[in-house]
Amino acid sequence: MSLFLIIALPFLGALLPGLMIQAGRQSCFIMTFLVTASALIGLATHAPAVLAGEVVTAQLNWLPSLGLNVNLFLDPLGLMFAGLILGIGLLIITYARFYLSRDDNMGEFYSYLLLFQGAMVGIVLSDNILMLLIFWELTSLSSFLLIGFWKHTADGRQGARMALTVTGMGGLALIGGMLLLGQIAGSYDLTTILENRELIQASPLYVPALILILVGCFTKSAQFPFHFWLPHAMAAPTPVSAYLHSATMVKAGLFLMARLWPVLSGTDLWVILVCSAGLITMVLGAVIALFKDDLKALLAFSTVSHLGLITFLLGTGTAFGAMAAVFHILNHASFKAALFMTAGIVDHAVHTRDMKRLGGLRRLMPLTFAVATIAALSMAGIPLLNGFLSKEMMLEEAYHTTLFGSPYLVAAVATLGALFSAGYSFRFIAHTFLGPVRDDYPDTPHDPEVGLLLPPALLIIPVILIGVAPFLAEPFVKTVTQAVIGNAAAVPDAHFKIWHGLVPALWMSVIAVVGGLILLAAFAPLARVWAATPRLEAKAIFDRIIGWAVSLAYVCAERLHNNSFTRYAAIFTATVIAVGAHAWFTGVNAAPTRDMLAITPVGFAGWLMLILATVFLVTVHRNRLATLILMGVIGLMVSVGFNYFSAPDLALTQISVEVVTIVLLLLALNFLPNATPVESTTGQRTRDIVLALAGGIAAMGLTYAMLMSDFPITSISEYHLANSYKGGGGTNVVNVILVDFRGFDTFGEIIVLGIAALVIYALTEALLAGPVRARLLNRGYEEARAGDAHPLMMVVLTRVLMPLVLMVGVFIFLRGHNEPGGGFIAGLVVAIAVLMQYMASGFSWADRRQRYPYHGIIGAGVLCAGLTGIGAWFAGAPFLSSAFGYFRIPPMEKFELATAMGFDLGVFLAVVGAVMLSLESFSRLGRRAGIEDSDYAMDIDPSRTETVTGGES
Amino acid sequence: MELLVATAIGTLTAAGIYMILRLRTFPVIIGTSLLSYAVNVFLFASGRLALNAPPVLRDGVEVYTDPLPQALVLTAIVISFGMTAVIVMIAVGSYLSSDDDLVNDPDADADQTREGAA
Repeated sequence: MSLFLIIALPFLGALLPGLMIQAGRQSCFIMTFLVTASALIGLATHAPAVLAGEVVTAQLNWLPSLGLNVNLFLDPLGLMFAGLILGIGLLIITYARFYLSRDDNMGEFYSYLLLFQGAMVGIVLSDNILMLLIFWELTSLSSFLLIGFWKHTADGRQGARMALTVTGMGGLALIGGMLLLGQIAGSYDLTTILENRELIQASPLYVPALILILVGCFTKSAQFPFHFWLPHAMAAPTPVSAYLHSATMVKAGLFLMARLWPVLSGTDLWVILVCSAGLITMVLGAVIALFKDDLKALLAFSTVSHLGLITFLLGTGTAFGAMAAVFHILNHASFKAALFMTAGIVDHAVHTRDMKRLGGLRRLMPLTFAVATIAALSMAGIPLLNGFLSKEMMLEEAYHTTLFGSPYLVAAVATLGALFSAGYSFRFIAHTFLGPVRDDYPDTPHDPEVGLLLPPALLIIPVILIGVAPFLAEPFVKTVTQAVIGNAAAVPDAHFKIWHGLVPALWMSVIAVVGGLILLAAFAPLARVWAATPRLEAKAIFDRIIGWAVSLAYVCAERLHNNSFTRYAAIFTATVIAVGAHAWFTGVNAAPTRDMLAITPVGFAGWLMLILATVFLVTVHRNRLATLILMGVIGLMVSVGFNYFSAPDLALTQISVEVVTIVLLLLALNFLPNATPVESTTGQRTRDIVLALAGGIAAMGLTYAMLMSDFPITSISEYHLANSYKGGGGTNVVNVILVDFRGFDTFGEIIVLGIAALVIYALTEALLAGPVRARLLNRGYEEARAGDAHPLMMVVLTRVLMPLVLMVGVFIFLRGHNEPGGGFIAGLVVAIAVLMQYMASGFSWADRRQRYPYHGIIGAGVLCAGLTGIGAWFAGAPFLSSAFGYFRIPPMEKFELATAMGFDLGVFLAVVGAVMLSLESFSRLGRRAGIEDSDYAMDIDPSRTETVTGGES
Repeated sequence: MELLVATAIGTLTAAGIYMILRLRTFPVIIGTSLLSYAVNVFLFASGRLALNAPPVLRDGVEVYTDPLPQALVLTAIVISFGMTAVIVMIAVGSYLSSDDDLVNDPDADADQTREGAA
């Protein structure tokens, strides 16, 4: 199975549970199970090749120039992690089927779980580090959804937020670090980066890159000082805790450290940072875990501690350390997931996880007791279980590690960590299962149904098997270790066995186990001392920092964002002007390279009218109708200007848009007040005038500088001019650009236009569905109504004109490819023709004769353009390529047909539909109660009254 | 002619900015339309001005104007109609439902008036 498919399966599969839940919980479960199982089988097909030393790759170039390639690779390290993710995923899916209650939305849960699974598999299979970063962020997001799955609990919401904040911030640091790493190595491909150890470690950017990457890994893997989020994430349902917070997601940080081990490790800085963070986390987590009464909290801190252990092993930078780390990742995933699931079983049966209320369950829940005890003893490091082996290796490594100049420091700290680890493991067993049977359990304890017990029981098999026969795991662990350190010769040849003789590690182990038993015996007095000791609470510190950041944000936001649009606009304008002025005064202004065109009298006259109309508009803007008329003058001058400067297409477009815009604004003015009151103070107006003048001068200066200089680089317009006829079959270059060269842009633009019209329609519908409707229907008139709402002259004229205008539209459309015209302009012209009917004969009259809904016309237009584009595929050409040919049907002249015409037809339809739908929506607001438009044109409206009627206006 | 076009764009921009800073919806819409004119003409002018140089291929014509900005501006004009229509609809809707056509939150305006007076 392709590596792409292995990653894609969980993502695509995430859609299924949400649908299948309609068919019941069982089928929802089966679907989810099958998705993960097929991904696992796909992975398994690669296993023999990968274990034989082959690296499976899959490549897809996306944006090679930016280093963005979808490259995947599967080596033994990736295989181990992907196997853990998918394999434990199967068990968790089964467990969750029986764990979730009927009140929980199982479909939603499984969807999130599969999303998470896909993101995790993505991390471990990515070859491109940019893609790895994306998947990394996706795990943060999907784990947020999973931790907060029980939305109704405050703990769940807070835990989810905290996890997202901490891992999200770490993710940002990681992005920075990875980009630096990519910069140093000159490639974003992991395989290339891993080959450049000397280059990377010699670079001055090595230190910042290392620190940023470690922050990312430490936050994800809950290393000190970022360890505090993990225990709070335990508010999640237990399957999530078992999956994300013990077996997979928290190991992502470890995975990345292992993945980048060949290039990052080996320096003093690496050893100091990673070893000390690991050791501190290991001891701190173990000590806190001992004193937690909540089963899941105990396991959470123990996970923190064990992650610290693995981090320490990776931090030593030796091949033996790396091997021990790989082995412990495998062992920890098996026993810890099993422990979480048994904790969930206890919670499920007894309805409490508080060890103060538990005890004596061994007789009541014998099977659960057996599974939990074996897993916990493995965690404590008892021989014949797998935890013992990797712990011995850890102690062995610690014995040989020197940190801060002291050869005994690490050994002592590691032993202390192991001692507390044994202590809490024993406490987990003793205080839950041992002791006398109580009579005050919140619920009757009983062994669960097989579906809940089977997953942890299956995980116990490797715990015992590897524990008894360590040589079974040896070849696999050594292959993975080789992938981590990237050097076959350096893999340690130490054999995995239970008995190594009376080595120091064994004595350290004995101290730890005996010490653990003493801790258990002396637990009651110790707990009292612990409760009396003042401690720094990480959550309180975190909350204070967050509170501080939030109030800072409030202060900033309230200054800048006080719900005054005018203020935003003023700040924005001032900023743009200031930045532009800075560029202008500090940059180099080249001398003019073009000669000025002589000012012609016609040009001057047009300019004068435009300037006068604009100035006049600003002075009379409180009279809104006058403003509109002046807008019309300005628009007209702009279109004339376009025509004057050799842009006939623009002139035609501008003038027709002008017509519909003015009609639109008139319709709006029908509802809005006719005048703008004086409200702003003199101070405000002075400020606005200063800003406006500064902006105007800036725009003027910029335009003048641009117009007087030649293109700094060669324009691509020459290409368009040269190929318009040869390649596009049209002589109107503007139209050919629109429908051919840049057809994809145009396609997007007609879609935007259609969306705008639909938004207007939706807004109208929403308005008419609300209280506004009644007010609109019953409003009175501010002014006396015109005697001839539908004047006979106008009605007759428009009806006569209609076919003529339509013919003009067709003409403009057809000539578009070779002469000024085309779909946009023709669409506007036809829209105006229809609009005239609405205006002259009334809304109802025109609406009754309108056979096709305007939405449909927009849709048909987009579809027509799209299908024309797709048609190119059948000729083996890319989307929207056009073809053309010349035909002759006697007795007509020879004429041209181009596929671009189909596209232009789509543009035409979309424009007609969009313009009409917007204007029609407005006029629907204008209909009043009790007045039916007449079917006949008339000069006198019988319903009219001479006086102004009352009512709301 | 370049000077005329530059001053025309400057004037339209200045008028547009002034109108956008008014306190009612209608002048703000007019302001955005004026700014659209300015921006469209500016984009068009980025192809440099040419008189009597068509963007349509003809036999015997040597000098053509730059067709690319024209194509870009053509769609921009149509799109700006769509956008104007949307904000006009929003303005009408807000006026009909709240019975005032202020662009600012009234409280924020009070602040601003105080600041302006101070």
